[in-house]
Amino acid sequence: MAKGIMIVAEQREGALRKISLELASTARKLADAGGDEVSAILLGSGVESLAAELGKYGVDKVFVGEDAALEPYVTEAHAEVTAKIIKENDPAAVLFGASVQGKDLSARVAAKLATGLATDCTDVKIDGGKLTCTRPMYAGKCFGEVEISASPQMASLRPNVFPAVENAKAGAVTKVDVKVEAQKSKVLEVQKDTSGKVDLTEANAIVSGGRGLKGPEGFAILEELAAVLGGTVGASRAAVDAGWREQKDQVGQTGKVVSPNLYVACGISGAIQHLAGMSSSKYIVAINKDEEAPIFAKADYGVVDDLFKVVPALTGACKKLIG
Amino acid sequence: MNIIACVKQVPDTEAQIKVKADGSGIEEGQIKWVMNPYDEYGVEEALRLKEKNGGDVTVVCVGQARAMETIRTALAMGADKGVHVSDPALDNADAYVTASALAAVIKDLPHDIIFCGQRAIDDDSGQVGAMLAELLGLPQLTLVTKLEYTGSSVKVIRPIEGAQLSIETALPCVVTAQKGLNEPRYASLPGIMKAKKKPVDVKDAAALGIATEVKAKVAKTVPPPARPPGKIICGDEPEQKADELARLLREEAKVI
Repeated sequence: MAKGIMIVAEQREGALRKISLELASTARKLADAGGDEVSAILLGSGVESLAAELGKYGVDKVFVGEDAALEPYVTEAHAEVTAKIIKENDPAAVLFGASVQGKDLSARVAAKLATGLATDCTDVKIDGGKLTCTRPMYAGKCFGEVEISASPQMASLRPNVFPAVENAKAGAVTKVDVKVEAQKSKVLEVQKDTSGKVDLTEANAIVSGGRGLKGPEGFAILEELAAVLGGTVGASRAAVDAGWREQKDQVGQTGKVVSPNLYVACGISGAIQHLAGMSSSKYIVAINKDEEAPIFAKADYGVVDDLFKVVPALTGACKKLIG
Repeated sequence: MNIIACVKQVPDTEAQIKVKADGSGIEEGQIKWVMNPYDEYGVEEALRLKEKNGGDVTVVCVGQARAMETIRTALAMGADKGVHVSDPALDNADAYVTASALAAVIKDLPHDIIFCGQRAIDDDSGQVGAMLAELLGLPQLTLVTKLEYTGSSVKVIRPIEGAQLSIETALPCVVTAQKGLNEPRYASLPGIMKAKKKPVDVKDAAALGIATEVKAKVAKTVPPPARPPGKIICGDEPEQKADELARLLREEAKVI
């Protein structure tokens, strides 16, 4: 009988990703409802010491698989080891992060285990061992409640949505024998973004610009506001297609779907495909001189005025408050 | 080269999505159907590889009868032939069933590279490419923004959070296309005329010998949670409005 909740932790270069703690806390909450155990899979090279941190966030038992072939992440090697650990331990549910790596891995593992997977969930509940996953579809234009009829029930959780809460458990380490076959894929190079910017999907605050910025140089004032808020600058499709910003900055149905605490939309009219990508933000601010702009219908706070005056003033006001 | 491009028909990004009153899905009446934008990047990349290296591009699509339009669009762009998996039993297919259908078609076709979109913009699952790779026992390269074919392998760029990876993989493999990979062409008028005569093989689930029972079921579809009505911040000068906004973000929303 399948039992317990298992998470697949994610680490990079010997540090846990924040999503791993969000997974641990969420799994703890689900497990406590049924008096179940939380276990974690942690793969890499020289990562055993990270098990204690998972324990701090509610994990009872950590399956640690170490091998040079598991670092950096390569899909097939991680999928093979992950599926093997899941099979041997038969959890009722397995949670992944809906990060780039988690999405890449979870779908492959689901196919290996011939089970179902709900991607990018914003809510998960468990009742009598039955998992119900709520997830945005059509980039958030509607939501689906997904049930999984095969075992284990698998879901990936959207980063930045589930709180990471300390709840100390043992985090006891079980070493797993890892035998990785020769891989067909090889990572040739990891080129780090040296700007120090947090990725949009992980940012707590996003300041986004659209056509109203009038050109790439307009984004300078958004960069200043983002720096004060400790956030990242995003862009609408119009701004990206015009070549003002890079593709990776695009928020929307054909870009990134984001859920920061604060989303400040500057000079963005609010095309439906943009709204779809940011409407799960906790607080939305719209700054636009067109009071008819659809973005105001989604905004918690709206300012109808010239963004080139409002944004620098807002940067100054926030700087004073934050100190 | 034998290249496969998987495509899906989805509602246009500008489509308003209305949930059916009984929560059983979405109202399809007013929707304009298009090729999934991420699949367009896959088709375009397939065509560029063929143009440079010679070969053949086959489009494979799982979808209702109307999805034939999407296959014809890919053929009009320049693909050579199509396979349409169409069966009412697959109308509510999940990622696993869809990947099984694609795998059943593709295993019998010669294939060096298989392209999928990184996700379909309807259900946003982003699973099919990876599942297809697993079912065919091939390596996968997901979210690819640049691809270089060396003759026996591909070298790709895939962005991850805060970095980008350069990866080399032996062929055959599955590649999922991300925006940035290329700029898809429009179908030309002669292309559209030619597409009408290109062969499309139609198959059902029985012909493929696949199980159609889903593993992940959307039990209920619901509208997004309503947001409370917002406040428009008043003031005479932009500076005043900015001060008031900063105060509300600090004291009311507590986000700064």
